[in-house]
Amino acid sequence: MTLLHRLTGAPPGMTPRALILRVCAIGALLAGTAGAFAAAGGWLSPTALTPARVVDRFEQVNGPHPGFRRNHAKGLCVAGEFAGNGAGAALSKAGVFAAGRVTPVEGRFALAGGQPYAADAAATVRSLALRFRLPDREEWRTGMNALPVFPVRTPEAFYEQLLAGKLDPATGKPDPERMKAFFAVHPESAKAAGLIKARPITAGFADSTFRSLNAFRFVAADGRATPVRWALVPERPAVPETAAQTARTDKNYLFDDLAAQLRQAPLRWRLVVTVGGAGDATADATLPWPADRESLDVGTLTLTGATPEEAGNCRDVNFDPLVLPDGIAPSDDPLLSARSAAYARSFTRRAGEATRPSAVTATAGQGDTP
Amino acid sequence: MTQSTRFNGPARLLHWSMAALILAMLFIGVAMVASLADYGTLVALHRPLGLLILILAVLRLANRWRRPPPPLPADLPPWQRRAAHASHIALYGLMLAMPLVGWAMLSAGRIPVAVAGPLVLPPILPQSPMLYAWLRELHTVLAYGLFGLVLAHLGAALLHGLIRRDGVFASMAPWRVRRPAGNL
Repeated sequence: MTLLHRLTGAPPGMTPRALILRVCAIGALLAGTAGAFAAAGGWLSPTALTPARVVDRFEQVNGPHPGFRRNHAKGLCVAGEFAGNGAGAALSKAGVFAAGRVTPVEGRFALAGGQPYAADAAATVRSLALRFRLPDREEWRTGMNALPVFPVRTPEAFYEQLLAGKLDPATGKPDPERMKAFFAVHPESAKAAGLIKARPITAGFADSTFRSLNAFRFVAADGRATPVRWALVPERPAVPETAAQTARTDKNYLFDDLAAQLRQAPLRWRLVVTVGGAGDATADATLPWPADRESLDVGTLTLTGATPEEAGNCRDVNFDPLVLPDGIAPSDDPLLSARSAAYARSFTRRAGEATRPSAVTATAGQGDTP
Repeated sequence: MTQSTRFNGPARLLHWSMAALILAMLFIGVAMVASLADYGTLVALHRPLGLLILILAVLRLANRWRRPPPPLPADLPPWQRRAAHASHIALYGLMLAMPLVGWAMLSAGRIPVAVAGPLVLPPILPQSPMLYAWLRELHTVLAYGLFGLVLAHLGAALLHGLIRRDGVFASMAPWRVRRPAGNL
């Protein structure tokens, strides 16, 4: 009887050879399970892109801004409602599209980028995120941008573009050589950048069109799925941004204008759903869909008021694009899962940090003070 | 001996189905937090599986209370007896705590606990970002703890089944073992 027999409690009849073999087999199985767990958790592939690394890169490019969103850091909360007109019910069983159904909505206008105190600028991408609160705790959250197409096709390209597009402190612009190198590797992004550069820039948030950019699937009551993209089209006619506007000294002129307009009267957008045709890209947000695709006006978003970001309002909402009601499903666009993952990581980090007041404060809307 | 030497049928069925579910859940969890491409799909699996495990864990505790498990072998050293007892309390605790912490964490983060189709569970905590961040961290720490316990449990079970051959493994084996002998 060996020491190993005593340690393991093996019966004396078991030969040392058989015992060692069994101990090794158990050890190998445990090590294999632990190894598989480590592999699943990504420890064996340290170069793979993870949600944490995407958020790290935002922090690296923008510097630390604890308590703020790592992207679209500067924003203003809004509230209102969405009234469905019934046209969307043929494509999606989500109750929000039923004729006459009014759904409370809270949202957030923001400027792209991870600088919460950056001055408003005409060329900065504007965004609108919404949270529709359906009956029985269902929600529809969507983050939209005032862009014709998304600048990248994959999360990996997004990660590379973040660094390539980092502003050079000397010039205040991205290093052109780095952008050139990025576009050489990502011709789809070069094309998208052309469309984005040519977009009309309107006077403010109130006359901007905000697009989902990513494709989704609307699922009807009979199970039929339809590829869609959606856009919020402003009721007020778009007015081009003027030089006088951009010359204003008010660092928050876009947000202040919006707050002032909302104090005067509600602002409205029509929710327009575009139906993708056979062969239209659903997994490539850099590609526009042909202009002749069927579009459905499915209802009206009415925003009635704005409040600065503070505890308990839109500041503490993660506008995860995969929070969807039954009747709206993700497409095969790889950006959707990646956005959901990176938003979750950003949300978790900022939720645990002390917060500072937003640059867009309660005095918003004082107008063009010198 | 009048007491059964085996766990009853429901206990064995619950044990092995939950073993598969919990192991799958641990792998889904660790993979999803590191994944960009599969995050959405894995989260959509993680939530209903978590709810299922919570329900099964409650059923299992009820069954265990109604039909106590067979006794451990009399010749088991006291420290192993204590370790077995403590690890089982920890395993049952984590089977209940992991889904509850996950549910509470989403509640505090005001994230809908969407299970399947239109089914969304009600929040079980008021909204609090700080609490969300703390529970999110706790969920991770407990998950690693549970994985470690599962490994220890697996190792101990195989030690009983392959080496000690004392009937402990046979008491939970899904098949009937004629003698408490080599059964893998």
